[in-house]
Amino acid sequence: MKIAVCIKQVVTREWQLRVDDQKTWIRDADASFELNEPDAYALEEALRLKEKHGGEVVVCCAGPARATQVIREALARGADRAIHVESDALATADAASIAAALAAAIKDEQVDLVLTGLQSDDQGFGQVGVVLAERLGMPHATIIMEVQVDSGAMRVKRELEGGWFQWVTLPLPALLTIQSGINQLRYATLKGIMAAKKKEIRKVTPAAAAAAASQQIVALYVPEKGKKTQLLGGSAADAARELVAKLRDEARVIQ
Amino acid sequence: MSVLVIAEQRDGALNRASWETIAAAQQTGEPVWIAVAGNGIDAVANDLAAAGCERVIAVDHPALGTYTADGYVLALAGLIGREQPALVFLPHTYQTRDFAPALAARLDRPLITDVTAVKKEGERTLYVRPMFQGKLSADVAASGPAPHLVTCQIGAFRADAVTRGASAAPIEKAAVDLDASKIRQKPEEPFKEAKQAVDLSQAARIVAIGRGIKGQENIKVAEQLAQALGAEVAASRPICDAGWLPMDRQIGSSGQTVAPKLYVALGISGAIQHLVGMKGSRTIVAINKDADAPIFEVADYGIVGDLFEVVPAIVAELNKT
Repeated sequence: MKIAVCIKQVVTREWQLRVDDQKTWIRDADASFELNEPDAYALEEALRLKEKHGGEVVVCCAGPARATQVIREALARGADRAIHVESDALATADAASIAAALAAAIKDEQVDLVLTGLQSDDQGFGQVGVVLAERLGMPHATIIMEVQVDSGAMRVKRELEGGWFQWVTLPLPALLTIQSGINQLRYATLKGIMAAKKKEIRKVTPAAAAAAASQQIVALYVPEKGKKTQLLGGSAADAARELVAKLRDEARVIQ
Repeated sequence: MSVLVIAEQRDGALNRASWETIAAAQQTGEPVWIAVAGNGIDAVANDLAAAGCERVIAVDHPALGTYTADGYVLALAGLIGREQPALVFLPHTYQTRDFAPALAARLDRPLITDVTAVKKEGERTLYVRPMFQGKLSADVAASGPAPHLVTCQIGAFRADAVTRGASAAPIEKAAVDLDASKIRQKPEEPFKEAKQAVDLSQAARIVAIGRGIKGQENIKVAEQLAQALGAEVAASRPICDAGWLPMDRQIGSSGQTVAPKLYVALGISGAIQHLVGMKGSRTIVAINKDADAPIFEVADYGIVGDLFEVVPAIVAELNKT
């Protein structure tokens, strides 16, 4: 089966975020970047499906030139080739624009399955996968914890809230957004890194008439701390007595 | 200008996130309409009609009895096209996350997700949402023709702030033109993997433990407090990764999001991944050895001390009548 995996390059979790002078994005000129962690689980699931059922894993990324870093990494982990929709504007684009760019790259590939992460660690829309499915005319299912493929159809385990799950069957081709923790990630071997250098990365320029952004960041800032904390001191017994009194009489959350 | 809320029900029960979203819609000051989808949902529609709103729309159809993304997108795209609201508000639940992006794409309208506040700036409406895993907040403006779609973060708006109507709002049945053969997802019955799994989002009180609990044998300390408070026991991610509590008791971005009346954090430092799951709680108590732990930034009451001394003292105090 032919599987497309969508990945995004994001700033590393450890990076000390600073807002830029326009206060609409971060100062990322000297940031360090990594593969969006939820996408790493999607990639891993694609590689496992290929190992089981055969086929090809094609990595798709909509992002600026620097995103080549994470594309190479995905190839080193075992993806067969890559498509890079390259544009600086995609670094900060909204979900609809990113999905449009990915849809244009994937639509002629005749894939059986598209996998994405649940959401990105930067903007965190949680939308790109589902919008992409709509644009490709594919059925979708989200927050997936297990994938079973049988000729022409697929049965997947959706995570619901509160410890509930649900199996859903859907026809191929289809799109799934993968929940983090579905599998154990592999890391690139030296052999994989060497092999990745010879793998194809096809560059695509997004269509000039790409969808205009429909949402704009007007201001980006550090969230205000909302609360004043009453610190209760003294001995453990004193603090406990004061706390219980306050929970009963002030907060009124216990009887 | 009217705000259409898409409420969420399962088996005839509305979730709290729906009421939070109604509160958010009411706070815009615009007329509120509430729609709910399902099959045989008269009772749910009656519940919703108690809220202060202009009308309740029951989107009732046999093919909507069990949730599917395709079914919801088909039915709700038709409804929104006919009714032409200025805004559509939805709760940011797993179910909404499954269908709302496709709904917005089909309508070719923007969807702003995980919104924590709505602000007016002159004529412009700004939506506040977290970015970079909650380390930053963004004010976001939507452009293009109405309606704009907005999902409300769970716990960001107060369900108890919903205003009631003087009399019940009129209930209409939407004409649902839905071809069931167009629904491509075939769902099976929802199930739980763990025995006695709880829906922590419905708990009124929660006692949560973090790394400070040190060992699985110490969890009974938290359980005694939970019993005295009538609370559920929950945990931060490291505790569940270690297998000390089942995964379905994990609070945070990779676990459940909760907003109970009372949240007691024992030995939890307060990493952002945990805070996003509980900061909407009404009253937060933090007990931690480290006075600089970020959990104190969201706590209403804090005790800097050894939880193994403080917690038994609280239990003793609660058990005095």
